[in-house]
Amino acid sequence: MYFLTAIGQYIIFLKKIFSRLEGSKILFPKILDEINDLGMSSIGFVSFISIFVGAVVTLQVAYNMENPLLPTYLIGLASRDSLILEFSPTMISLVLAGKIGSHIASSIGTMRVTEQIDALEVMGINSASFLVFPKICATIFINPFLIILSIALGLVGGWLAGNITGICPTEEYLLGIKYEFIPFNMAYAIIKTIIFAFIITTVCAFFGYNIKGGALEVGQASTKGVVYTSIFIIICNYFITHLLLN
Amino acid sequence: MIVVDSITKSFSGNVVLDNFSSKFEPGRINLIIGRSGSGKTMTIKCMLGLHQVDCGSIYFDNRNFISLSERDRKKIRKEIGMVFQGSALFDSMTVSENVMFPLTMSSKMTKDKMIERVNFCLNRVDLKNVNDLYPSELSGGMQKRVAIARAIALNPKYLFCDEPNSGLDPATAKVIDNLLKEITYEYKITTVINTHDMNSVVDIGDRIIYIEEGRKKWEGDKKTFLETDDKELHYFKSFSKLFTK
Repeated sequence: MYFLTAIGQYIIFLKKIFSRLEGSKILFPKILDEINDLGMSSIGFVSFISIFVGAVVTLQVAYNMENPLLPTYLIGLASRDSLILEFSPTMISLVLAGKIGSHIASSIGTMRVTEQIDALEVMGINSASFLVFPKICATIFINPFLIILSIALGLVGGWLAGNITGICPTEEYLLGIKYEFIPFNMAYAIIKTIIFAFIITTVCAFFGYNIKGGALEVGQASTKGVVYTSIFIIICNYFITHLLLN
Repeated sequence: MIVVDSITKSFSGNVVLDNFSSKFEPGRINLIIGRSGSGKTMTIKCMLGLHQVDCGSIYFDNRNFISLSERDRKKIRKEIGMVFQGSALFDSMTVSENVMFPLTMSSKMTKDKMIERVNFCLNRVDLKNVNDLYPSELSGGMQKRVAIARAIALNPKYLFCDEPNSGLDPATAKVIDNLLKEITYEYKITTVINTHDMNSVVDIGDRIIYIEEGRKKWEGDKKTFLETDDKELHYFKSFSKLFTK
């Protein structure tokens, strides 16, 4: 019952976000601020994780391909497809759910408990739309770039790991990552990322916006936001994959 | 003038505001007093539309706020200034940006005019050289003054203050009280203040409403308040040294 109530409240919250939007003069600078706050500040973090994930994927693929009949370039090919189809869009989105999701839930939650949201409402501003809509636009815009960067750096990480350990020489690796490349896989990764960006922003904002209480509840909302976002991402990942790749 | 007509508010069957009615006249300071949890803040929040009332009407100069569409409510909200208990300044903005915020959102002023207005409002509340500071860098009293500056930025017809003195030392509390008094008389604002500070009642109250458990128990001007032997009020007044000497 609680779950159904929460889903209903979430849908009402979404409706509120997309109603009575402020003009572009107000929204555009806010979207740019959010791109900087939520996206640009994540570049270093995403880059670091991607390089190591790419390296680990390459080592694991090589570990599972001990058969001498299998060509070495398959290591590059398998790493590429793993990174594009799953590791970058899903794993980095989960990581971003932790980083920017908790930031969104706690910042909006703090605004709620310190009556800043009430102050916006008294001024006649639709607080849900004013606070959350720019964040949605920002993450939907910047997250695909972060994922593309993640894929690129993951491949670099894989190349470095293959070279350093000597399990996959550069020529073989490059051949593998170019071999029978399907451009739709990139579209699939970006579609997933956009949907995950929407989930990260709205679910975490929902928990922050509906806080009742004080500082303790802000922490709880932040944790709940990240947990539910991760669950939604995993569930959506299955359905999107089923829909787009089958 | 604000007229509140028989408003009731309950949460899950628990009545927190019961059939409350009153009139708040312009150019006067209307105090709502009562113990913590008596429903003072709820009264103000219902009047501002932050909580939907179960029944009753609220008129801002003959415009029924309850029955208006959100768009029409927005027009009234532009005429309202609010000072929250904890100031509710936007943490991510400087003092200037906080005071400028309502102007940016609701006026068509040029940037220069806005800066001029911000400086005027900050001067009016006796704040100087704080424009570029963030709220976290200010004292509680200064934050309250910035909140008042933000509340008057749009020249409001109605000013609401939720316990403006809470957490302040008596000297600073008096400064804030005097400031609210001056602003109310100067601009003929309809001011509604929630407080349980008896000093404020004596210093600035023109009209006093006493509520208890969500019900209005007493209403009258300051002179009557000081002289009355009303039993309900007597109990509340007996806790203040001002009235027990």
